Amino acid sequence: MIRALRWLFFAVVARLIVLVVLGLNVRHRERLPTSGPAIIVGNHNSHLDTLVLMTLLPLELLPRVRPVAAADYFLGKGLLSWFAINIIGILPLERRPVRGVDPLAACSSALTQGDILILYPEGTRGEPEELGAFKSGIAHLAARCPEARTTPVYMKGLGKALPKGEALLVPFFCDVFVGEALHCDGNRRTYMASLQAAYEALAEEAGDRRPPRATAMPPP
Amino acid sequence: MDALAVSPNVVWVFAAICAALLCASAISVLLARSAGPDGHRELRLRIRSWWLMVAVFAAALTLHRNLTLIFFAFVSFLALKEYLSLIPTRRSDRRVLFWAYLTIPAQYVWVGMEWYGMFIIFLPVYVFLFLPLRMVLIGETTEFLRAAGTVHWGLMTTVFSISHVAFLLVLPESRNPVAGGAGLVLYLVLLTEANDIAQYLWGKSLGRRKILPKVSPNKTWAGFLGGVVTVTVLAVMLAPYLTPLDPLHASVAGVLVGIGGFVGDVVISAVKRDIGVKDSGALIPGHGGILDRIDSLTYTAPLLFHYLRYLSF
Repeated sequence: MIRALRWLFFAVVARLIVLVVLGLNVRHRERLPTSGPAIIVGNHNSHLDTLVLMTLLPLELLPRVRPVAAADYFLGKGLLSWFAINIIGILPLERRPVRGVDPLAACSSALTQGDILILYPEGTRGEPEELGAFKSGIAHLAARCPEARTTPVYMKGLGKALPKGEALLVPFFCDVFVGEALHCDGNRRTYMASLQAAYEALAEEAGDRRPPRATAMPPP
Repeated sequence: MDALAVSPNVVWVFAAICAALLCASAISVLLARSAGPDGHRELRLRIRSWWLMVAVFAAALTLHRNLTLIFFAFVSFLALKEYLSLIPTRRSDRRVLFWAYLTIPAQYVWVGMEWYGMFIIFLPVYVFLFLPLRMVLIGETTEFLRAAGTVHWGLMTTVFSISHVAFLLVLPESRNPVAGGAGLVLYLVLLTEANDIAQYLWGKSLGRRKILPKVSPNKTWAGFLGGVVTVTVLAVMLAPYLTPLDPLHASVAGVLVGIGGFVGDVVISAVKRDIGVKDSGALIPGHGGILDRIDSLTYTAPLLFHYLRYLSF
């Protein structure tokens, strides 16, 4: 029942919002992963980011797609929590780690099962249409599951359509730029550097020349 | 023909358009064969998109009157969205832009009600007065004039002008017994697009002297004049099947569309040059965005509408 609701939401509501109300211009769609395990990395400006990234993937993959979302924001708020878990299908992540608990356990076991994770390494939506510093959790995850390739996706325009703190959706076209998939060979530093470089290249392709702020590097 | 809401003449003209497109497809296949598999890729893409656009337009125009109105309202929505996505907008104006979108259903409801008085003053008067008021209530004064000016220009271009195509549809059927409102819509759209293609072909084959090098370096005098002559001949040929115009009046209509179409094209080119983009979007493969396709129509629609209305309605 809930699986059918989820399918219906993404087949009808999400596609109506993303493709008709907003409208996408996708460059390099062929670079998207066609099967799991995989990590899709996005810049985060709006709640719409997740809807757009999930609409980019074919509906057959829907049962495999899990957006990683902040447990403190999405869990425990009644209806929002039910919607986030059952319809969007989030994988909750503790943003403030508890001593002795592995915060990435759920993510890495999902990857082992062959799921496709959607991750926002900026950690939060931040200022509209600005790329924040990347957190290094993604590198730990990628190092643990070397068979999962990371595909960076740069989205532009959604911070105008529905920025943080606004409830009114205003239609704007959204430009989506898909980057080449990255591998993690175990070295988290080079992985973060190449992810950062991929984003700079995509932002430049999108006409946003402002370089992103410095990265928080993982300890060597 | 009972299932269709339009006269047989409209169907015949659509058949002629399909025949012309078949010729274009055949030529592009022959060209591709002589130039190798990758030759003229852009042209083939363009023609394929033309087929799709003609199919959608034919369905929207012939099935039901209200479907035609919804179709043009959707074209306005896509064009306004493309325009607002291109221009710089202030974050504080989000609510103003939302109101701007709401003018689209309102404007096409006036068309559906055949309420000419409201249709013709709603955007130039009421919306023109209301949106700056809404901006003032929000209170952001930095770049106020630019924001108010750009939003209103966009609405006049993408909503007011394009809704004139839709109003042709609801003009009294009795004054155009040969093809009704749908015939007038088809006459306008066909002439406008034929003008675009003719200007391009004349310019490519004969064009030498540039007409507006600063705005649109590919436009030439030969293209412009060739387009005007071609579309005038076409306007006179088609008029007896689709309009109440006699040959003299039809030739003036052709000149209006030829000049108006050229101006609409270069005005949108100037806007794109100002913003710094080549195409307004990527919605239609081989053509660019929706604004790239309807740029000429933003001028020809109000010009031909008021010309026809003055003469016959």
